[in-house]
Amino acid sequence: MGAWFMRHLQTAIGTLGRLAQHPFANALTMLVIGIAIALPAGLQVMVANARLMGGAWEHAVSMTVYLKHSVGVAQAEQLSNRLQKRHDIAAVKLVKADEAMKQFRQLSGFGQALDALTENPLPHALVLEPAIEVTSPASIEELQAELAKLPEVDTVKLDTAWVTRLYTILDALRRTVVIVGILLAAGVTLVIGNTIRLDIQNRRDEIEVTKLVGGSNAFVRRPFLYAGFWYGLGGGIIAVLLVALGVLAMGEPVRKIAALYGSGFELQGLGLANSLSLLVLGILLGCAGSFIATSLHLRNIEPR
Amino acid sequence: MIRLEHVYKRYANGRDALTDLTLEVGRGEMVFLTGHSGAGKSTLLKLLALIERPSRGQLIVNNQNVAGVSSRKIPLYRRQVGMVFQDHKLLYDRTVFDNVALPLVIAGIGSREIAKRVRAALDQVGLLGREQSTPLELATGEQQRVGIARAVVSKPPILIADEPTGNLDPDLSLEVMRLFRRFNEVGTTVLVASHDVHLIEQFGLRGIRLEGGRLQNDTAAASLAPQMTDPAKITAQE
Repeated sequence: MGAWFMRHLQTAIGTLGRLAQHPFANALTMLVIGIAIALPAGLQVMVANARLMGGAWEHAVSMTVYLKHSVGVAQAEQLSNRLQKRHDIAAVKLVKADEAMKQFRQLSGFGQALDALTENPLPHALVLEPAIEVTSPASIEELQAELAKLPEVDTVKLDTAWVTRLYTILDALRRTVVIVGILLAAGVTLVIGNTIRLDIQNRRDEIEVTKLVGGSNAFVRRPFLYAGFWYGLGGGIIAVLLVALGVLAMGEPVRKIAALYGSGFELQGLGLANSLSLLVLGILLGCAGSFIATSLHLRNIEPR
Repeated sequence: MIRLEHVYKRYANGRDALTDLTLEVGRGEMVFLTGHSGAGKSTLLKLLALIERPSRGQLIVNNQNVAGVSSRKIPLYRRQVGMVFQDHKLLYDRTVFDNVALPLVIAGIGSREIAKRVRAALDQVGLLGREQSTPLELATGEQQRVGIARAVVSKPPILIADEPTGNLDPDLSLEVMRLFRRFNEVGTTVLVASHDVHLIEQFGLRGIRLEGGRLQNDTAAASLAPQMTDPAKITAQE
């Protein structure tokens, strides 16, 4: 058992050494594999994050109550205090028209266009958070209807519709991830299989000589299987790095967007378990590719 | 050690390479196989290496009928037969050490034992100290000796060589043949195919001559030696 293990270890390391003799070409192969794995993995991370984000908002559906233009600041504050006292409302935040304008000017990029306006077209608004007990869509709608009847109120916008829409989109996206993932996995297997096939052709003489001096099919095959293993592992590592880079690059913008919506949401990376499964996936695909290539092309090489 | 009984070999293209060949090589014997190109020397060696299978007849090597051995058992069989080739068949991207070590690595021998045996084999062919060279850094004669070291490193009971001196000058050829003779003297059964009659005659060993796929002549050991003095006869034989 020990000798068997040592032999495999030697082959594995020997194969790695041989790959290192052509660092550029083999790094390129690994990069191709890495990108192909990183694409669905990155998409998956995106979808997972979007779900997390949606989940965070689902439980705190907020309502935006736009007041009529005729309603002044004092009146708006009064209304705010009144609503605050209701049991079915957890929090009220008054967004004054000029604050809203300032924010809009800052974030929309329409700064100069807005300067042309002689007066602020935005009304005062209240952002409400219903109490935790008010969770069912029916009771939320009831609250919405009641608020809409208040004399100061123009419209009440409920921010749930987009959550359900988001979920539908995410479901579709998740399926896309699966389909893209399957296609790219097949692609990775083919890339590795093809690389191994070329390798087999280039080393035809070596294979013949090895068989002549008593090498079995399994012996001849072993280094190619390990080559597939290394290609897969290398590709997996590159994929993990690419996804991590992507998460890092997206972190700041996402934090900004989240802040706009008053959320402290942080982009989640792959995590250790998922990173490890990416590596395992890479290795499995690598071994599958080399297994297929060696099965197809190795048996026919016999000494002449 | 090697016994052929009514062996026929017809290739897929219909060419008859060997016809009704019966011969025996005893354990510890050294035999030269001669004949024109196309006479069937290479085919016979290919049968012994199980690169080709006989179309008919029995081929018994080391008490084992190998004519019908399953392809899965071919590797095990080949480990008993050291082979030397005219074109050396070395791996040019590996060191001399790795080339010679290959049969031992295949046999699954531990690395310390491998190092010992490879050095011993290189010592026997006079290449100790060249372990870390690559074959291309060596002269042709030295490359051939690497090939011989690889063939004998696992101490196979049988050694076969196909035109091992084909690309060598007379001095180097003689040296290589003497090397085979030395392995034969320690008990290895040796079969060397060669067309170099002058060289062969210096050893006075048994010679098997093939012609058109048939056994033409089987001269017993030492009986060839006197012919050396008779140039006319040599010319006639060629």
